[in-house]
Amino acid sequence: MVWTSIKRVIKAGAVNFYRNGFVSLSSVFIMTITLFVIGGVIFLSATLSASLEEIKSKVDVNVYFQTSASEEEITALKGILLRLPEVKDVEYISREQALENFKKRHENDELTLQALEELPDNPLGAVLNIRAKEPSEYEGIANFLKSENALSSGSTPIIDEVNYYDHKTAIDRLSNIIRSAQTLGLALAFLLVVVSISIAFNTIRLAIYISREEIGVMRLVGASDKYIRGPFVVSGVLYGVSAALITLALFYPLTYYLGDSTEDFFSGLNVFRYYTLHFGEFFLIIAGSGIALGAVSSFLAVRRYLNV
Amino acid sequence: MIHFDKITKKYNGCVALDEISFTVKPKEFVSLVGHSGAGKTTLLKMILVEERPSSGSILFGSVNIHALKRNKLHKYRRKIGAIFQDFRLLPNKTAFENIAFAMEMAGRSDSEIAADVPYVLEMVDLGDKMWNFPRELSGGEKQRVAIARAIVNQPDVVIADEPTGSLDPINTYEIVQILKKINDLGTTVILTTHNKGVIDSLGKRVITMEKGRIIRDDPTGRYVL
Repeated sequence: MVWTSIKRVIKAGAVNFYRNGFVSLSSVFIMTITLFVIGGVIFLSATLSASLEEIKSKVDVNVYFQTSASEEEITALKGILLRLPEVKDVEYISREQALENFKKRHENDELTLQALEELPDNPLGAVLNIRAKEPSEYEGIANFLKSENALSSGSTPIIDEVNYYDHKTAIDRLSNIIRSAQTLGLALAFLLVVVSISIAFNTIRLAIYISREEIGVMRLVGASDKYIRGPFVVSGVLYGVSAALITLALFYPLTYYLGDSTEDFFSGLNVFRYYTLHFGEFFLIIAGSGIALGAVSSFLAVRRYLNV
Repeated sequence: MIHFDKITKKYNGCVALDEISFTVKPKEFVSLVGHSGAGKTTLLKMILVEERPSSGSILFGSVNIHALKRNKLHKYRRKIGAIFQDFRLLPNKTAFENIAFAMEMAGRSDSEIAADVPYVLEMVDLGDKMWNFPRELSGGEKQRVAIARAIVNQPDVVIADEPTGSLDPINTYEIVQILKKINDLGTTVILTTHNKGVIDSLGKRVITMEKGRIIRDDPTGRYVL
């Protein structure tokens, strides 16, 4: 009995979807736009966080050591730094390596290289490149290094210079930009999603408004609420499924087309690769939102007209 | 079977029905006549619980129908076959499906539907229009589909509100013949109409209404206004 009812409700919903062709088409169209916005927001947040990640990783603090600092001392400091919770990564560049890098950077500059040859000893000290997990944490690390240097003041200090103080304003500004970009992006995305969901919701309400007299007739000839509502919810689900399939299909050529340019522009994130790699999640989110939106909108919209 | 007990209905202070009391017996054929605005349609809407009285009550058997809870209402309505002047068919369903819908929601099986729907459509002489949509049918045909829908679940009562109001004389005659046949088969029929010819040809009980009151109740009445 229950199974017969379910079967009849699903069949009636599918038949209505098909017979109200034009209304279904417009609802699917509007819902496709909504789902497209939702998908677009996912891409946007992915590219945004990838770019921010990329920018963040370019920021570091360099510790220049005295030429007299021994390798053991430096390795010891590196060990201490790595144990700090704010520190993500520490790269050690030895004096020899620093000299190599310097030579490479100036390979076309004969004069500088010659001057270097004149010197009796390697003039460059070793360097530690420190990366923090968050740009805002560099200050703490720099302060720590300062106190560390002060601690070893009994002997000769090993640190020559920490360039955080030169970069301070730039780093501060960058942290601010990243923070506001994230907040703004989130707020914009939220707004877009809310607006498009309400448009889809109202489109479905209009679609059901067209059937309001029919709903009244069904009540008067003795149909229960469930039996009236069921087919509308089924149609709503079908709107959602169709719109989701269209959206997912549209994203494929679109991301393919945009893939290379996004890779160049957003430093490393290829939206096409991202889409194909995360297709499962996309499918669940887009189809899930479509089905939920269609079903809930229909359910709520029918309620108004059941009052007979 | 149906007892109206001092039914009063007011709309914004205007009295549409004024302490109406009468009883409809089982298997009776009752016609309600009167000018527009006399309250006939309001009275029928009360039976369907489409409208609620300002005071008074309607007993169906022993049940006060206006005290029924919302979730019990549809079960009560299945005991009534309703026919309207504007047909009220479901536009996106064929003649067959319109009738099948009434059976489906009453929980009838697929095999019963497959057997009964063609039978009632044959009864109203529409066997060949089974798969047509309402928009493809004439007024008289639509009303016959509506009648088939009203009787397919074998209701206790058929109420018909101006069923011939928008039909030509030949279709009117046919619809009245079908209603008579339904009544002869043992179903109570309550009919409202303006049509003098219909009433005079029936020779059944006639209740005449004027300004929300019953002014005449003849057991074998004629149309007198």
